[in-house]
Amino acid sequence: MVGKLYASSSPHLRQGDTTRKIMLDVIIALLPACIASVVIFGYMSAVLIAVSVVSCVICEYICRRIMKRNNTIGDLSAVVTGILLALNYPVSLSPLIAIGGSVVAIVIVKQMFGGIGQNFVNPALTARIVLLTSFSSKMSNWTEPFAYLNKNAADAVSTATPLADGEHLTSYFDLFFGIHGGCLGETCVLAILLGGIYLVARRVITPLIPLTYMGTVAILSLCFGLDPIYQLLSGGLMLGAVFMATDYTTTPLSNLGRFVFAVGCGLLTMLIRQFGSLPEGVSFSIVIMNILVPYIEKFTRLKPKGFIKPKKESASK
Amino acid sequence: MKSNDISLPTVPFRTRGGVRVPHRKTTSTCESIVMTVPSQVSIPMQQHIGAPCKPTVKVGDIVCVGQVIGDSDQFVSAPIHATVSGKVLKIADIPMTNGAKCQAVVIASDGLQTPYSELKPPKTDTLDEFLSAVRASGLVGLGGAGFPTHVKLRVPKDKNVDTLVVNGAECEPYITTDHREFLENSENILYAIVKVKEMLNLKRVVIGIEKNKPDAIELMRNLIKKEGKSDYIAVLALKASYPQGGEKVLIEACTGRVVEMGKLPADAGCIVMNVTSLGKLAEYLKTGMPLVTKRLTIAGSAIKEPKNVIVPIGTMIKDVIEFCGGYSEEPKKILMGGPMMGIALTTDELFILKQNNAILAFNEKDARLMETTDCIRCGRCVASCPMGLMPPLISRAVKLNEIEELKSLGAMNCMECGCCSFSCPAGKYIVQTMRTAKAMIRSAK
Repeated sequence: MVGKLYASSSPHLRQGDTTRKIMLDVIIALLPACIASVVIFGYMSAVLIAVSVVSCVICEYICRRIMKRNNTIGDLSAVVTGILLALNYPVSLSPLIAIGGSVVAIVIVKQMFGGIGQNFVNPALTARIVLLTSFSSKMSNWTEPFAYLNKNAADAVSTATPLADGEHLTSYFDLFFGIHGGCLGETCVLAILLGGIYLVARRVITPLIPLTYMGTVAILSLCFGLDPIYQLLSGGLMLGAVFMATDYTTTPLSNLGRFVFAVGCGLLTMLIRQFGSLPEGVSFSIVIMNILVPYIEKFTRLKPKGFIKPKKESASK
Repeated sequence: MKSNDISLPTVPFRTRGGVRVPHRKTTSTCESIVMTVPSQVSIPMQQHIGAPCKPTVKVGDIVCVGQVIGDSDQFVSAPIHATVSGKVLKIADIPMTNGAKCQAVVIASDGLQTPYSELKPPKTDTLDEFLSAVRASGLVGLGGAGFPTHVKLRVPKDKNVDTLVVNGAECEPYITTDHREFLENSENILYAIVKVKEMLNLKRVVIGIEKNKPDAIELMRNLIKKEGKSDYIAVLALKASYPQGGEKVLIEACTGRVVEMGKLPADAGCIVMNVTSLGKLAEYLKTGMPLVTKRLTIAGSAIKEPKNVIVPIGTMIKDVIEFCGGYSEEPKKILMGGPMMGIALTTDELFILKQNNAILAFNEKDARLMETTDCIRCGRCVASCPMGLMPPLISRAVKLNEIEELKSLGAMNCMECGCCSFSCPAGKYIVQTMRTAKAMIRSAK
């Protein structure tokens, strides 16, 4: 006689991936960008990233406790949000403001809507937008790269981002390696691409959204008479296309839906860059498209194999 | 959707979704061993889809192997035969895998396995004679569904069936019974293929075998060439992707045709037969011995000596496992069938049915259930679904009790292959939700 047996529903075999493993892969993919930010902007980058991550995890923990829900800090999604958030700050930002950003991202955007998988907009991007509108000067106080090496200069050697300087003064080389003013994680295109390739190789994301997004931006730049390579390499586009627009929760499920989503992101980004009063539009365009996801989903549903449209009950009566 | 192309394909057609499962087919080199006759068998009267059989023997009767012990006058049914020779002990209700009870004939074996004296090869000159012979053989779909074969082969006049698709994909991990059938019974398989093709007046035959069985592909190709049948029989080396052997997936991979939702393979001009069904059919046509034994893969981490065993139908699972050296450690999960679609049993004191093809037993480590967390909308279930369904939307509609929405999402199309749950990083029981969705649609009708 055998003892008690597990009698669960089929299948009895699992691939072995968990949410935690996926999030860990995203963290690994973000490491090159983090390292690049420390190299380019100095140790304060590391401090900001650490403050942001720790405050996000603490916010998540406290929220779950207050709401009497199971603890979800183990899935590492709060760590990912923390890193992404920090990569969107200028290095001169006060850590106190960074903590404020974490509260907005985790408490308001993520947990108040039901936690992981339920937020309808990207927490990191929404928090960035909130901070940008609340502390617009502090959030766009850009520091020269390698300013930390120059002992004589004061902390804030302000500069403009390549997109805001009007004329294209930064070389492609500097843009690609991130040697220009900007947010912590968005300047070094090389580091972001390394992370993106890792995510694709690990099958965490497919290249569909990033490539469509970049392709749309490139085509529209040509239409507007802008330099497409400059548009692709500058601003938050790479970080947004690889890490933000590929967030599972806030993107459509089907490939067609994801394509439409990415085209929309590219379109809005270029419209804001070309016609808006802001120099940069990646965060806004992704968040706006996030909000449109339910509608995109409605019109991009997969057609089941051999599907015959069911007859309406009312029509037969 | 139906294409009228009846040329022989050389490469498989593209199908949607699917997942890469670990094969773990360790028993593929284990030649089938005939199990020593058990002291007692319990043969359920319902081993097929359709009407249950009524016992045609009484307690105390002496029966021989192959003698009919249960039959029904309904069309959708198949007769049941004694699988051991001996004395009918009792006719009683026994538990089935799904928890229901079923009437069964319990036979005490005399150990002699005397064949029934009236068994002889059937006459199959006309289609009607052939179909009666298929019915008398007790054959049901041996791939797992258990649909009576004679019903499947009796194609309605309005359907223009031109293709026989032979299912030798065997995409479930662990199971190697169909693989062994190819290696051990290839000439019988070909014999039955030719017979079915001729009787039903079909145009072509496509045999689908997954690439991970190169020896079976090679063997069948050579045999077909040797017998000069290559003008209408093709062997397709299918991608080793689960669920390649799912009926609709196999039809699409072998013919490029799509079976519409709620329709049968015959509507796409195809008949699908499992390779073991064909082997058994040939044995009946040649010798008159009906379906009384079944090859089973006994494997899994808690089995001492994994092997392929030929067992009389109605043998208790416990007896089969004891024949394989018993358990190597305490079993925590016992499956009837493969790990993707098999049923988890609550005890090993159940009985082998016609359509069973594997008994798997797992230790604590393999049996432990994955922790379920929240859906992160990663879309892996959508990408892997061979039927093009969107499980997250279906789950939502189930929660909100939206029947119309479930219908328009095509939930009835689900074949419960389990690709979605397999690939879900949140460990969701998506197949269970899909079953709920289907039950909701059915009960709303």
